Order: sequence, then structure tokens, then C-alpha cells
Amino acid sequence: MSGTWRDRSQQSGQSPHQDSVDLPDRWAIETQGLTKRFGGRIAVNGIDLAVPAGSVFGFLGPNGSGKTTTIRLLLGLASANSGDVRVLGKKMPAALASVLSDVGALVEGPGFYPFLTGADNLRRLDSADPLAPSETRKQRIHEALDQVGLSHAAKKKVRAYSLGMKQRLGLANALLRPRRLLVLDEPTNGLDPQGTREVRGLIRSLAAGGTTVFVSSHLLAEVEQMCTHVGVMSVGRLVAQGPLEELRSAGQSGVRVLTPDVDRAKNVLTRLGLVPQPWDGPSLAADAVLATGLDGREPETVVAALVADGVRVRGFSVESASLEDRFLSLTGEGFDVAG
Amino acid sequence: MSRVERGRTKGSGDTAGSPEAGPNSGRASVAWPLLASELSVLFRRVRTWAMLAALAAVPVLIAVAVKLSSRPTAPGRGPLFLDRISQNGLFVAVTALVVCVPLFLPLTVGVVAGDTLAGEASIGTLRYLLLAPTGRTRLLLVKYAGAVAFCCAATATVAAAGALAGVVFFPVGPVTLLSGETVSVGEAAVRSLLIAAYATVSLIGLSAIGLLISTMTDVPVGAMAATIVLAVVSQVLDTLPQMDWLHPWLFSHHWVGFADLLRQPISWASFGDNLLLQGGYIAVCGALAYANFSNKDVLS
Repeated sequence: MSGTWRDRSQQSGQSPHQDSVDLPDRWAIETQGLTKRFGGRIAVNGIDLAVPAGSVFGFLGPNGSGKTTTIRLLLGLASANSGDVRVLGKKMPAALASVLSDVGALVEGPGFYPFLTGADNLRRLDSADPLAPSETRKQRIHEALDQVGLSHAAKKKVRAYSLGMKQRLGLANALLRPRRLLVLDEPTNGLDPQGTREVRGLIRSLAAGGTTVFVSSHLLAEVEQMCTHVGVMSVGRLVAQGPLEELRSAGQSGVRVLTPDVDRAKNVLTRLGLVPQPWDGPSLAADAVLATGLDGREPETVVAALVADGVRVRGFSVESASLEDRFLSLTGEGFDVAG
Repeated sequence: MSRVERGRTKGSGDTAGSPEAGPNSGRASVAWPLLASELSVLFRRVRTWAMLAALAAVPVLIAVAVKLSSRPTAPGRGPLFLDRISQNGLFVAVTALVVCVPLFLPLTVGVVAGDTLAGEASIGTLRYLLLAPTGRTRLLLVKYAGAVAFCCAATATVAAAGALAGVVFFPVGPVTLLSGETVSVGEAAVRSLLIAAYATVSLIGLSAIGLLISTMTDVPVGAMAATIVLAVVSQVLDTLPQMDWLHPWLFSHHWVGFADLLRQPISWASFGDNLLLQGGYIAVCGALAYANFSNKDVLS
């Protein structure tokens, strides 16, 4: 699937022949055969991740599918059993010290000293980075707190923070310096709707400024709203990755017909090769028919056939498959967490 | 991505080819800001101050107990030097150190040293320190330096509180040493400081043990308890004559051997032996801690 990536460097007028050259800035994250075992259990199973520079990459997967473990491997917190990792063009974990300064990360929830204030926590983490200039520290902390809307709570002890405030502080830590890559693991966890929306806006504006954002989530609606590219994990494997539109269009699209002549409409649609769905969702009223399998047929021909057969069409719409449908078809419907 | 932006990222991509991040390479090994931050975090915790306050209470309790007691302490009963306190307040600090070295000081040092990495892991800050990025070796060194700083603070607290209590409750004058000579108050104060330094050296080996245990777990209480238990076990073994072949290798073997510092001239032999033994523990435990931590999967 990687051959069909929307290639930003080509869009901006670069020669496509440079594809063969190993450009350090084409992929923000690149893995080959990345594998991690815990005892006998394979947590990450030979994944080939390719995150284009400048993208907002949604890293999807059910709980326990290996998302966080993959992120730990990418950032050198854990070492892989086999496979290669390149982050910002450099091999990890060999180049860890020089790469991580350019990477802001939020991994598996925020972690802070409860007995320090929000600002002091950021000061602590910033002084742990030998490349962070201490002259601008105060200013950068102030700006980062401002960016996540925590200025008023900067002098409060983290002990008194709510989960959402800690999450914001975690984001502020990721934003302490200008970063080329942000790795955000469930960034909207614990946030209220306003906070969720602000984070989405923040990610969009950072991406607009050229930062690559790698965001793991199980909130599909969120990913649909802010990501340009998507990768889907299932039981330790990367089962799909590519531009969001591509992934979505790979699912089946269908039609929705509003009509009092439900049975007649179903017959016509079946004759045309579509598959009427038994559907009991609240979105479907008694006078509507939902059918999948449009498969490139012109929607207007479907309407014409319906009308020709005397179906009273009150409404007609083309329904593209939602990311959720695609996600479930890739990762399975089961509710049980993969062991 | 805009052209300008691409120019920037390309530019930094180019420097990647040159030997590691040119302009900053000289600062990459600088650990001072992190050490300053470590010390500030350590000494801003209520827990640290509570432990120092408890340690300071020991000499005060000793002084008050001796002061309130009507009959003089018989020589040879109670802790070393207890009988001398009522004649000379300068012995309060020495007596308090004698009392604290076997249990109270190891207890507090065990808490701090056991907490070093396991504590960071348990509240989730370890991964963020490593992502900052703090190199693992640097973090280990800074954490150990923090624990040693606490050892210094702990013994200094006992000595200072002892000196203060001695001056307040008892007469202070020239001190008769174990070897019979009498030295001035100033000289005696220096000897007290030397004993505090001796106790500090005694604790740095234990700190290294605590650091090692702390790399093995994400549960700080477990690491603290294990460190303290080892300190007790080592002292128990040191009292068993059947284990005398082991005694010179026990990290607590020289813990109470500071009487030599109260002779004239000072005998440095036990100080040197202690230093050598603790240095050995630092080398071995430090190497094991490095081996354990440098490749550890941080999953906390």
C-alpha cells in the first residue's frame, strides 16, 4: 500500500526519481520487521510502519493490539527483539540522544511528581534534556502551559490536578520545544469535550506548521477528524496503513433510499446487484432501505431504476463506509481483549 | 509542508551526517542542570524533611534523657560515650551518630536510595526523563549523586543537632580523647565532623546497593524494604562468629569503627579500610545497576 502514499515532496515539485534515494526527511518514522516479544507472547509482530513526514498519522487498534509497545520501541524505551527503527531519518536506538530532542512525546498517560507544581514539573523534565537551552526555559514553560490552557494552574501542585489537567500538562511537556515529530499516545484521554476539541485544533495547527504528528487512539471519530494517514494494528500486526481516504474507500459504499415502498425498493436494489441490509439501528426509520455494494455503479442509474419500477423515492443518498466499519472488518468484531 | 519548512528539515537532515549534532555535542554530557533539578526535587519533598527531622530528634532525645536522669550513667552501659555527655556536651553528637549508624541512618538512606529509579518508574516520570532525553547512564549517575547528597545531609543533620543539643544542655570544654590527650573545643568539633564524614562513607555503599535494587523493580516500597533488610542482615551476619570468613566483605563491617578518629594522632586505618570496602561496593553495585538499567525495557 505504501506505493500509493500521497507524496508531499512530489507535490511541491520535487523529482519523483528521488524516491529511490533514501531521503532522510521523507519518512518521519520507518520500521522494518519490528518485533517485540514478552516471554513467549509476541506483542509486536514484524511491523513495517511508514509515517510520511508532515502527516498526521492516526495509529489505530483495539486495546492490547500493541500500539503502546510499538511507541515504546520507536522511542527507545524498550528494545526490539528484531527489526529496524528509523526516526527522523536516524537509526534508533543508536541515535537516541540526538533524535529525542526533536521529538515530543506523551506515552501511556502523563507522569508527574505530585508534590511539585505544574510549572516545576515541566522545569524538571526540561532540565533533563541536555540540549534544551536554560536561558529560554522559563519563557518556553510559560508558552507551553499557555498553549494547553493551563496558565492559571501553573502554580498548583499536580496532586490537585484533575486527570484532564494532567493530560494537558503532558501535552505541554511534549510542546516544550519546537519539535519535528510529536508522538501522542491517546492524547485526548480524560479530556472534556472542550479539551478534546482544543487538542484536535492544536494538533492541526502544529501539523500545519510542518510537525509530523503520530497519534495513537481508539477513538475512530477523532482520527477521522484530524488525521491524514492511518495505520491499523490488530493482535500485534499492522493490518493496514495508508492515506485515510484510501483506507476508507477500500470499504464498501452503499445507498440509502427513503421510500414508503420498502419491499419493492429492496427487490429493485437486489436486481441491480446491491445487498439490502437488515438494519435495526435507530438511524433507520421504517420507510428507509440501506443497501451496500454500490461498487462503482453510477448512483443516478440506481435512482432511475427505482423510479422506473414505480418506487416513490423521497430521499436518496450515497453512504460511504465509515472508518469504523473498515476498522472492525480489519480487527474483528470480538469484544475480548487479545491476550 | 511548505518549502521553507522543507528547507529546515532538510538542513537538519544534512547535519545528521556530520559527527553527532555539532554545536551541542560539547554540552551533551553536562549533567549539572539535571543534578540541580534532582537535588531540588529531593529536598523539596516533605518526606525528606520528615526523615531529617526524625534524625535530628535522636541527639535531642539523648541529651534530654541524660539531662533529666538524676543518676550519672555508669561507664560501659548504654551506647558508646553516653557516660561522657553530662561532663561535655560535645559528646552528644558522637553518641547520637553511634546510635543512628546501625539502624536510623540506614533506614532513611534505604528509603532514598531505594526510591531513586523505582520511585520515578512508579509515578511514570522515568519514561519522560528518558524521553527528554536523559541518557540512562547520566540518569543513573545523577540519581546516585542525589542519594549520596542525602547521606551527607543525614549525617550532617545528626551531627549538627547533636552539637546544638550539647551546647544547650551541657557544659562544653576541652575533650579528653580515648588515647588520653586533651584537645580544644575547636579540635573536638573537627573530630565530630570527621566522624560524621566516616558515617557518610559508611552509607555510600548502602546507597549503591539501594540504587541497584531500585533498577530491578517499579515498586519503590519493595526496593526500600529490600535495601533496609540487607543493611540489617549484613550487621547480623557480622555478629556471628561462625561467619567470620565473611565479615571483612560485609558492607557494614566498618560502620561503627570510628573510635580511631578519637585518638591522638588520628589513626586513619579504619577510615581507609571503610573507604576501600565502600568503594568496592560502589564499583560492583554500580556496574550491575548499569548493566541492568542500560538495556532495561522501561514499561512503567
